[in-house]
Amino acid sequence: MLKEIRPAIFVLLALTLITGLIYPLGMTLVAGSIFPAQAEGSLITRNGQVIGSSLIGQEFKDDKYFHGRLSATTTADPNDAPKTVPAPYNAANSSGSNLGPTSKALADRVKEDVDKLRSENPAQPVPVDLVTSSASGLDPDISPEAALFQVPRVAKARGIAEDRVRALVATATEGRLIGLLGEPRVNVLALNLALDAATATK
Amino acid sequence: MTVIGWIQILLFCAVVVALAKPLGWYMTRVFNGERTFLSPALRPVEAAIYWIGGVDEKREQHWLTYTVAMLLFHVGGFLIIYGVMRLQALLPFNPAGQSAVAEDLSFNTAISFLTNTNWQNYGGESTISYLVQMLGLTHQNFLSAATGIVLAIALIRGFSRASARTVGNFWVDVTRCTLYILLPLCIVYTLFLVWQGIPQTLGPYVEATTLEGAKQTIAVGPVASQVAIKMLGTNGGGFFNANAAHPFENPTALSNFIQMISIFALGAALTNVFGRMVGNQRQGWAILAVMGVLFIAGVGITYWAEASGSHVLNALGLTGGNMEGKEVRFGIVASSLFAVITTAASCGAVNAMHDSFTALGGMIPLINMQLGEIIVGGVGAGLYGMLLFVVLAIFVAGLMVGRTPEYVGKKIEAREVKMAMLAILVLPLMYLGWTAVAVVLPQAVASMANAGPHGFTEVLYAFTSATANNGSAFGGLTGNTFFYNLTLASSMFVGRFFMIVPAMAIAGSLAEKKSIPPSAGTLPTTGGLFVGLVVGVILIIGGLTFFPALALGPIVEHLAMTAGTVF
Repeated sequence: MLKEIRPAIFVLLALTLITGLIYPLGMTLVAGSIFPAQAEGSLITRNGQVIGSSLIGQEFKDDKYFHGRLSATTTADPNDAPKTVPAPYNAANSSGSNLGPTSKALADRVKEDVDKLRSENPAQPVPVDLVTSSASGLDPDISPEAALFQVPRVAKARGIAEDRVRALVATATEGRLIGLLGEPRVNVLALNLALDAATATK
Repeated sequence: MTVIGWIQILLFCAVVVALAKPLGWYMTRVFNGERTFLSPALRPVEAAIYWIGGVDEKREQHWLTYTVAMLLFHVGGFLIIYGVMRLQALLPFNPAGQSAVAEDLSFNTAISFLTNTNWQNYGGESTISYLVQMLGLTHQNFLSAATGIVLAIALIRGFSRASARTVGNFWVDVTRCTLYILLPLCIVYTLFLVWQGIPQTLGPYVEATTLEGAKQTIAVGPVASQVAIKMLGTNGGGFFNANAAHPFENPTALSNFIQMISIFALGAALTNVFGRMVGNQRQGWAILAVMGVLFIAGVGITYWAEASGSHVLNALGLTGGNMEGKEVRFGIVASSLFAVITTAASCGAVNAMHDSFTALGGMIPLINMQLGEIIVGGVGAGLYGMLLFVVLAIFVAGLMVGRTPEYVGKKIEAREVKMAMLAILVLPLMYLGWTAVAVVLPQAVASMANAGPHGFTEVLYAFTSATANNGSAFGGLTGNTFFYNLTLASSMFVGRFFMIVPAMAIAGSLAEKKSIPPSAGTLPTTGGLFVGLVVGVILIIGGLTFFPALALGPIVEHLAMTAGTVF
């Protein structure tokens, strides 16, 4: 059995070196040269400034922008460190709400949001993804229904025709991969950027 | 439920089955020590490792030596993870300036990655440096996966050899598994994942100014290289806190589909390796069929439950199923499918928050783990877990007809059955025992995030996941406390090694036996009767063990939910 101690040290160290350093560092070099944009995090810049990542959702509260999913991410409480305070779309601390199906807190929150959205747009049924929080707290997408639901509010806030906004939503809608995988969706940041671009020129 | 949803599920199953044969062929060659197309590049590296390790690759080991070698390998692995976590503040590749990880959390994490559990009581992006991610966690993702696979191979050799003293050489098996199987697959896979949008950088977190002018700090890192092995090795430990729900760990529908495939690929292929090594591939397909029956049943229930949604929220006029804790790009079907896959295998990666699943939707992942993750299972661990149940099923069948039971030419006798029972009974002892302790300790109860039966399920899920070496969680539970760090670590340890050592003992004892040719009285183990028998034994043993606990958790919660009760 003592004979097994030498390989236990040296085989382990050799495999550690290969899988723990050479592999990840080598992949960083190779991936960085083949897919530089993705490797850095698919960042979007506007006027030379990083405004976010096309894959990471960000918070929109203004009426003139489309809003994303609810985000349950938090950050450390500045006054009481081990405790946390809500910080939606904190991309340095991803997390979901973890509220269960019989949670009173969840039922109350959803009811409040449903009531608010009904008064904003009584004409359409409230899309479920607008009143539920995402798993990561960083979901970049909403469903096409959730985008169309917000068209009247956005059009009014920007003072432009609803049809123009609806056309932008249609352009920003992505279907299933080869018509099969995933779900139809709209990237909220991309849509809002398109919206800004379309209204800036007029 | 939709037609397109079921097409996605069936497409997934078809790809997994299609891959089992070619991968099984390749893996069999690797473990038989034959040349492969990668040998010209990898053989020098392999030989160098044996040279510095003083390994004689021609010399095989007795099962006991094989097991001791495996355990020693783990001691070193533990020291490396624990060391880099405690010292991360002093080490390079730490652009976010993470400080040393606390002792109990480092201990829990080291045990967690060592045992292929990857239970995470920390949030990756907020706690640990890039160096820990690479040198501590990525490396152990490889080695714990390789360990699982080679132990399954040793057990298979027990079945396939006759009158043999040895079951292989641990060092050779683990080196070849890492170099010839895991590493090449991961290199290709990493590039695919980066192409899909997963970051792979050593640069610092990105500071962005959002459209509305707010500051957003975006965590990045060497993510893709870790996600590749996290999936293929059924480890499941996320680079980020939100795991495969995080857009940087699973950005697209395609990345999600491939990630699901990669969880099952090697585990399913091992059933084919089993068939090849015992000389009849149909034996492997029969095992895969048992897994398939249980898997499809689980997917059906979870998909149905999630698509039906919560009665409490549906009463507010919502339609479209349960989207709390799910991502839009995956939707209901890919989230449900992923949840069943990740708990059927011992992966534990999640692309949706299981804590927010409906009561029955979340119960299937729980049951999958409580059955011991034998449905494809963790790489290796699933196959040897399933073979333990096969031993038991054969034994029961033997009792019914009054014959000495036999399987693939080996007599199954008292020693094998005792060892199989030891492994099967120790799992519920840990997850039911610790859950019982936790629910009477006030400081443990305080960690629950949800009230009512759901809080109980959070605790039961945690100990089940730890014992079964899964690592997925009902994430609301605050696990980073002294109590949970230690008790969960003990569950992970017992769940791994009290399964492995009996399985190895069976391997050794089977290898020594003579091989007997099948006779007219032999139960054929490639047909529907055998598949039905094994499924029955699994469900009866499993059901009797954990049904009472399920009744207190998800079942009562489901009844409360349909009655509109909230807590």
